[in-house]
Amino acid sequence: MKYLYYPGCSSQSTGKAYGESVEAIFEALGAPLEELEDWNCCGATTYMSISELKAFTLSARNLALAERQGGDTAMLDLVVPCAACYLGLNKANKYLAEHREIREKVNNALSAAGLEYKGRVRVRHPLDILVNEIGLDKITERVKQPLAGYRVACYYGCQLVRPYADFDDQHQPVTMGKIIKALGGEVVDWPLKTRCCGGSLTGTYEDQGLRLSYMILNEAARRGATVIATACPLCQFNLECYQTKMGRRFGQPINMPVAFFTQLIGVAFGLSPRKLGLHRLFVPLPKSVEAVADAGGRHVNS
Amino acid sequence: MSTVDNQGKSDVKIGVYICHCGVNIAHTVDVFEATEFSKRLPNVTVAKEYKFMCSDPGQEIIAADVSSGRVNRVVVASCSPLMHEATFRRAIAKGGGNPFMFQMANIREHVSWVTADKKEATKKAKALIAAAVERVALHEPLEMTQVPVNPNVLVVGGGIAGIHAALTAADADKKVYLVEREPTIGGHMAKFDKTFPTLDCSACILTPKMSAVHAHPNITLWTYSEVVEVDGFVGNFKVKVKRKPRYVDENLCVGCYECIEACIFKKGKFPDEFNQGLSKRKPIYIPFPQATPLVAVIDPETCAELKTGKCKKPCADACEPNAIDFTQTDIIEEIDVGAIILGTGFKTFDAARIFRYGYGRYPNVLTSLEVERMVNAAGPTSGEVQLRDGSQPKSVGIIHCVGSRDDKFNKYCSCVCCMYSLKLAHLLKERTGATIYNFYIDMRTAGKGYEEFYERVLNEKVHCIRGRVAEVTDWALEPEEENKLVIRVEDTLVGAVRRVPVDMVVLSVGMEAHDDADDVGRMFNISCTKEGWFLERHPKLAPVSTFTDGVFLAGACQGPKDIPDTVAQAGAAAAEALALIDRGHVELEPNTAFVREELCSGCKTCLSLCPYSAIGFNAEKKVAEVNGAICKGCGTCVAACPSGALQQNLFTDEQIFREIKGVMSYV
Repeated sequence: MKYLYYPGCSSQSTGKAYGESVEAIFEALGAPLEELEDWNCCGATTYMSISELKAFTLSARNLALAERQGGDTAMLDLVVPCAACYLGLNKANKYLAEHREIREKVNNALSAAGLEYKGRVRVRHPLDILVNEIGLDKITERVKQPLAGYRVACYYGCQLVRPYADFDDQHQPVTMGKIIKALGGEVVDWPLKTRCCGGSLTGTYEDQGLRLSYMILNEAARRGATVIATACPLCQFNLECYQTKMGRRFGQPINMPVAFFTQLIGVAFGLSPRKLGLHRLFVPLPKSVEAVADAGGRHVNS
Repeated sequence: MSTVDNQGKSDVKIGVYICHCGVNIAHTVDVFEATEFSKRLPNVTVAKEYKFMCSDPGQEIIAADVSSGRVNRVVVASCSPLMHEATFRRAIAKGGGNPFMFQMANIREHVSWVTADKKEATKKAKALIAAAVERVALHEPLEMTQVPVNPNVLVVGGGIAGIHAALTAADADKKVYLVEREPTIGGHMAKFDKTFPTLDCSACILTPKMSAVHAHPNITLWTYSEVVEVDGFVGNFKVKVKRKPRYVDENLCVGCYECIEACIFKKGKFPDEFNQGLSKRKPIYIPFPQATPLVAVIDPETCAELKTGKCKKPCADACEPNAIDFTQTDIIEEIDVGAIILGTGFKTFDAARIFRYGYGRYPNVLTSLEVERMVNAAGPTSGEVQLRDGSQPKSVGIIHCVGSRDDKFNKYCSCVCCMYSLKLAHLLKERTGATIYNFYIDMRTAGKGYEEFYERVLNEKVHCIRGRVAEVTDWALEPEEENKLVIRVEDTLVGAVRRVPVDMVVLSVGMEAHDDADDVGRMFNISCTKEGWFLERHPKLAPVSTFTDGVFLAGACQGPKDIPDTVAQAGAAAAEALALIDRGHVELEPNTAFVREELCSGCKTCLSLCPYSAIGFNAEKKVAEVNGAICKGCGTCVAACPSGALQQNLFTDEQIFREIKGVMSYV
C-alpha cells in the first residue's frame, strides 16, 4: 500500500528530521510514501489571518493536485505530518465541502491553472494512519530494539487534534501513547499534551513564548520524562532550541531531548540514525538510545 | 355577497372579526385591508376590525351581531385558539347562538409574530381568514358534554415538591396516591446538610413532612414504584403503577437493621447511592436512617441469592417478623384519579463531561452533592471534611456554573448554584477554617435574604474571584503548587490570569432534566422544552398547568428552582388540582366520531381499532355505531375507515377540504 504524501515547507528546513523519519518508517512498514508533485505552501495560520479565501485556495491547489495524482478512486488519503499543514488542509477541505460559495470561488481560481477540486481527498495524519490503518500489531512486529526504559511524554501541541481531527480525543489524545507502548516505551501521564508551546510568540514576544515552552519542559521533567515526543515541527523547534536560554532566564538548567515521534519509532525499528535525522537533534536522545543508534550505524552529533 | 354551494345549508350568515391585538397584529398585518377583503368573501354579511376583540366591548360586538340575527356563524382572526377560543365561543352563546358555529384564524402566532414583512403577513392573514370562512359555513350546532370528576389525586415523585403537593391535597380530604421511583421519599433535599439562606438543617425541616406523608390516612405511598401507563382524560384518568419487588414485605418490616447486620457481606461493598458513592452499602440496605418508609430493600444486581440462588440467606433467618421474601415480583396497581401532579425533579449535571475540570481524574475534585453529604453529620464522614487521604483541606476552590451558562452544555442558569456554593463556602469555612475561594461568572443572589447571606459569607473572609475557570490541573509551576490542585482562571476584576493552588476543588454542578423526561412527558401527554423540562401552559399566567387538562407541574421538573420556589409551586399545583376536583365535573369538547350509515359497509375495521371500545356493531342494520359518551375523539377510526363512513364532529372531511380550498384559492 502506497500513500500520497504532502511534506510541507518545514520538512525542507527546521523540521527536516520529521520528513526524513516519516518517510523512513513508512518505508520500513511496507507502506512507502509518494510525494505530491509540485506541492505548494498550505497557507498555514499566517495566511489564514490575512485572507481566508487565498489561504483556502493555496490549500485547495494541493488537494486538487492530490486528486489528479491519486487516480480515480472514490476517496483518497493524503498523509500530512506537519500539525499546521494538517490543520490548514483539513480546514480548507471542510469549508470547501460545506460552503458552496467558497468552493465556487476557489475552483474558479484553480481553473486558471487547469485544476478543479472535487472533494475526494481525506487529509490524514501519520498517527491516524499508523494506529488505524497499519495497526499497532504490525508496528510491534517490526520492533528490533524496544524503547525499554524510556519515559516518554507525548506532546501533541495545540493544532493537531483541535478542532478537526476525528481520530483522537480533543482534550486527552492517546494515539501517540499507544504507539510508544507498542514500541516498548513507558508513557508519562501528564495534563499538558495539547497546551500551547508558544508558537510564533518565541519570535515576536520572546518573554511569553519562552515561558510557555518552559512550562511544558519543566512539567515533563518534573514527571520524570526522559524524552518528549512531538508531532509538530514548530513545537519541536520551540521546545528544543531555546533550552539554554530558558535555563538562564528561569534559573533552572534544562536538558530534555525533544524528538519527533517518528524518530522514536525509527529508533525502535533499528533504522539508521542518519535516515531518521537523529544527527539534527541539538539535545541527543538518552544514552541507551544512543547505544541503539550505535548498533545501527554512525553515531549521532558527529 | 357571492353565493356558493353550502351543501344544502341555507341562511349562512358569517361575521368576520379581525383583532389588532394592540399592535401585536396591527403592526404587521394590514387589518383594514384584511377587513375589506373579508367583506367580499362568500356568505360574509359582516366584517369588522377592533383593537382588542377579547375585551368586553369586543365580545359585545360579536354577541350583538349574533342576537340581532345579522350573523349566525363567526370567524375571529386573532390569536391562538389555546388563548381565546373559549372566550369567543362564550360571546356567541351570549348572543343566543351555538358556540360551535365558530372558527378561529390565528393571525398572531402564525403570522404577525413570525415575520416582519407586512405585505407577506397581510397576504397570509387573508388566506387564513378565507379558509376559516369557507370552513365555518359547514359547521353544525353541537353541545358540550359534562362528565363527573374523580376526586382522587396522583402525585408522581416524592421529593419536596411531591411531598408538599400530596400533603396539601390530602389535608383537603382528597385521596392521594404518591408514587416514588426510589426506595424512599425525600429526593435531593434529604441529602442536603443545611438550606440557604437561613441555614436550617435540611433534615430537620423535611423529615417531619416525610413522616406526615407516611402517617396520613388519605395518602397511599408507593415507593420503589413507577407509573407505566396513563389513559383517559381530565377528571377521569386511568393509571397503571408498577411496584418493583423490594424482596422485603413492606407491611412486616419494622426497619430494625437485623437483616443488614446478618448479610453474608460483612462490610458494605457497593457504592451507596444516597451518599453519592462516598460510602459503601450491602446488597440489603436502608438508604438512610429517616428513610420513609423505613423498610429494607434488596438490590437484585448485587444480592448473592438473587444473582446465583446459592446464598444461605442469613438475612431471612435474622428477620424476626419474616419480612424477607425472595419470591416477590412486579405488581401492577390500577388506579382511577381525577388530577395528576408531576413532581419528578431533576438530576445533577455529570461533572465528568467537562474534562478540563478533572472530575474522575483527580481524586480531590468533588461535586457539590458529594460535599453536601460530606458536611452532613449523618453522612459518610460524620460531617468531617476530608481529602481522600483522610486529612483536612487547608484550601478549597468552589467552581460555579459547572454545566450551566455554557454553550457547550446548558445555556440556562441553574438558579440555585450561586446560593448553595456560598452556603457550602460557609459550611466548609466553619468546619475546617480553610481558605475558601469561590470562582463565579456573575453572583446571582436574587431572593429573600439571599444578598444578605452573600454579604455575610464575604465578611467571613471567603474569597470570591470573578472569572470562569479554565482548568483544574496538577502541574506545578511554582514550589507552592507542588502536590496541589491548581485552578487556572482569568480574574476579570483584576484583569490577569491567576493560578490558585488548593487542596480540594468543589464543582457546583447545575440542574438537568432527567434522561427519560421525554418518555415521561409522552406518557402524560405533555411537552418538554428542548432541554427536557416539562412545558407549562403559560410561563407567567399558568405556570403549574400543562396543555393537557388535569395534569399539573410542581418543582424542578418544570425548570431549575430552589426549595422555596418548589414548595410554592407544589402548593399552587395542589390548589389547581383541588379547584378542578371541587368543581365536580368537566365539560368535554363534542369532537366525537359518528357513522354515516348509508356509507358504512359493515367491515368492522373500526371496532378493533378503537382504544376505548366506543364502537359497537348494529347487527340488524349491519353498520357500526359510535357511543358518544365513551368516544374520546382520537380520530383513529375516522382515519382507518375504508369507505369514509366514519366522520368526526368539528373535523368532517368536507370541513377540512373546504378549509384547504379556502387557503389555496386566496394565497
